[in-house]
Amino acid sequence: MTNSAALLRERIQVTLGTRCEPAFLSKKRLEESLPSVVGEIPRGALTEIAGPPSSGRTALLHSLLAASCAVPEFCALLDANDTFDPESAAAAGVRLSQVLWVRCGGNVESAFKAADLLTQAGGFGLVAIDLGDSNEKRVYRIPLTIWFRLRHAVENTRTAVVVVARQINARSCSALKIELSRNRAVWKGWLPGCPPGCLLDGFQVTAQTVRKHQTQERQFHIEP
Amino acid sequence: MFVCLHAPGNLPLLVECARHFSPLIEETAPDAVIFDIRGLNWVFGSPEQIAREIEQRVGIVANLAIACNPDAAFHAARGFRGVTILPLGEEAAILAPLPLFLLGGSPEFARVLDLWGIRTFGQFASLPALGVAARLGDEGVHMQQRARGEDYRQLRLLVDPLVFCEERELEDAVNLLEPLLFLFSQMLRELCERLRFHGRSTNEMHVRLKLERAADHIATLRLPVPMLDSKVLLKLLQLELNDRPPQAPVEKIRIELMPVEPRSTQHGLFLPASPEPEKLAITLARIRGLVGAENIGVAELMNTYRPDRFRLRPLKMAAPVAVPLRPKLTLRRLRPACPAQVLCADGKPARITSSQGRGQVVASAGPWHLSGDWWSDEVWDRQSWDIEVRNGGVFQVYQERLTDWFIAGHYD
Repeated sequence: MTNSAALLRERIQVTLGTRCEPAFLSKKRLEESLPSVVGEIPRGALTEIAGPPSSGRTALLHSLLAASCAVPEFCALLDANDTFDPESAAAAGVRLSQVLWVRCGGNVESAFKAADLLTQAGGFGLVAIDLGDSNEKRVYRIPLTIWFRLRHAVENTRTAVVVVARQINARSCSALKIELSRNRAVWKGWLPGCPPGCLLDGFQVTAQTVRKHQTQERQFHIEP
Repeated sequence: MFVCLHAPGNLPLLVECARHFSPLIEETAPDAVIFDIRGLNWVFGSPEQIAREIEQRVGIVANLAIACNPDAAFHAARGFRGVTILPLGEEAAILAPLPLFLLGGSPEFARVLDLWGIRTFGQFASLPALGVAARLGDEGVHMQQRARGEDYRQLRLLVDPLVFCEERELEDAVNLLEPLLFLFSQMLRELCERLRFHGRSTNEMHVRLKLERAADHIATLRLPVPMLDSKVLLKLLQLELNDRPPQAPVEKIRIELMPVEPRSTQHGLFLPASPEPEKLAITLARIRGLVGAENIGVAELMNTYRPDRFRLRPLKMAAPVAVPLRPKLTLRRLRPACPAQVLCADGKPARITSSQGRGQVVASAGPWHLSGDWWSDEVWDRQSWDIEVRNGGVFQVYQERLTDWFIAGHYD
């Protein structure tokens, strides 16, 4: 549908030139991916963000939610362990009114069932599954068929599915894998002995992205 | 010809009486109704005979007036006792002795006429029309026509509220959901057809199931947008009854759909996609069944300094804005907060032990004193710290009322 719409738009523009622009065409092209600090996050595919606690996984997820909300689109966050902090998300630019938050109370199975329903319903720009605090072994034991089903559900749609976990789990089902690690936490005014009054000034993070068997590494700073 | 019935405090009786004679009824005032009796002369005869029939039917003491226009009948019924008949062309003469306050109008209009010494309909009607128009404007002209009994207007008809309700009494009580769904399907299809005929949609469905030897099972479904698809309504009802099935066999079904204006939206070919409301409603109903209704929605921050205070609301779309791509430090909350043992040195955390891990604190920031709700039972008071644990994460910890330590969450 997206490709056909884009094709139709091109043909109309070629035929009518700029005359059609003010009448009914949006000047903004439909984004085929979500922009992020680690590169483009593909739509219609599964992306995994993995890393240990305090490695910037949630910050990256929130930046993606904010980017999707800014389009504007609806997003869904399937929060397996009820760890989403609305205040932090709002501070990161996420429009809370456009994010459907499903609190699964520690039930990973419910999170995947809800993800399946939401991807089948369609219309969401981003469906995020947060398994960041779920048991690693339990998440790793999720059958590959479930990941395949999720991947197939969003193929040829404008929905990006992003899974946050401690490790890469979906193997070949994910189009993009992002592994994050914290280089160091930056403390403003920190001196040996750490006097009271200094501030946490963010993290220095390294992101290793694997896309189509090509690995890329970049470093970025997560602001407070 | 129009009849006006006037009896203070008896409007329902007057309306009921009027329904026996005409479908064209106007509730003109809290104590008066006007109805159209054209054609009744073929049934009852002269206006006097019609008046007699109406008097017998109304059954209470009421003033009755018959005139060729509604307002003349209204003024006569309010101004004269018993039955008054105003033949065509004699309205002005009959209405002439009525006091002017019965005419109505704005306070300014009434004040001006009072200053002029005009006290009755007749005095006002006899004023020259051009002079009234020059001094009192449109309102004066209109009021003078009413005082003369010459103001012709259409009745503002009383319309019955549209009720879209279906009831089915079952020969044998039904215990299973499947046969009930078959009946629901039929009833909803008929109701949706009726709604479509009247150009309406629905945003609320009330279902009452009369149960065998048990209290009625009542279900109310509130839809996010007006809908008219019987299949969607049936699915939502099915999901509701799956979650909360009736406790006994069903003897009688009653479904009522509340009519509202249909939803009108302008779709754009190149606009970003959003979930289809009907599909989304079903999806959300299914997810509610999985995680519970209290665990799904969009977060709305509450107007308080207390951490982690929010409520869940339904989805809504806003206008596009530009946001920076740079990620910001966020907190992953632990709900409930995780108890911890913290050893302090030099007034700041030095070592932490909890179910989330243990280790030496290599850096910390704080304390930040937070407190609130001291005026209520939910008083809270805490000293908050950001700490980095060696070979571990960066946590937000707090000490509640200078006694117990908790981990609020970790930065990620």
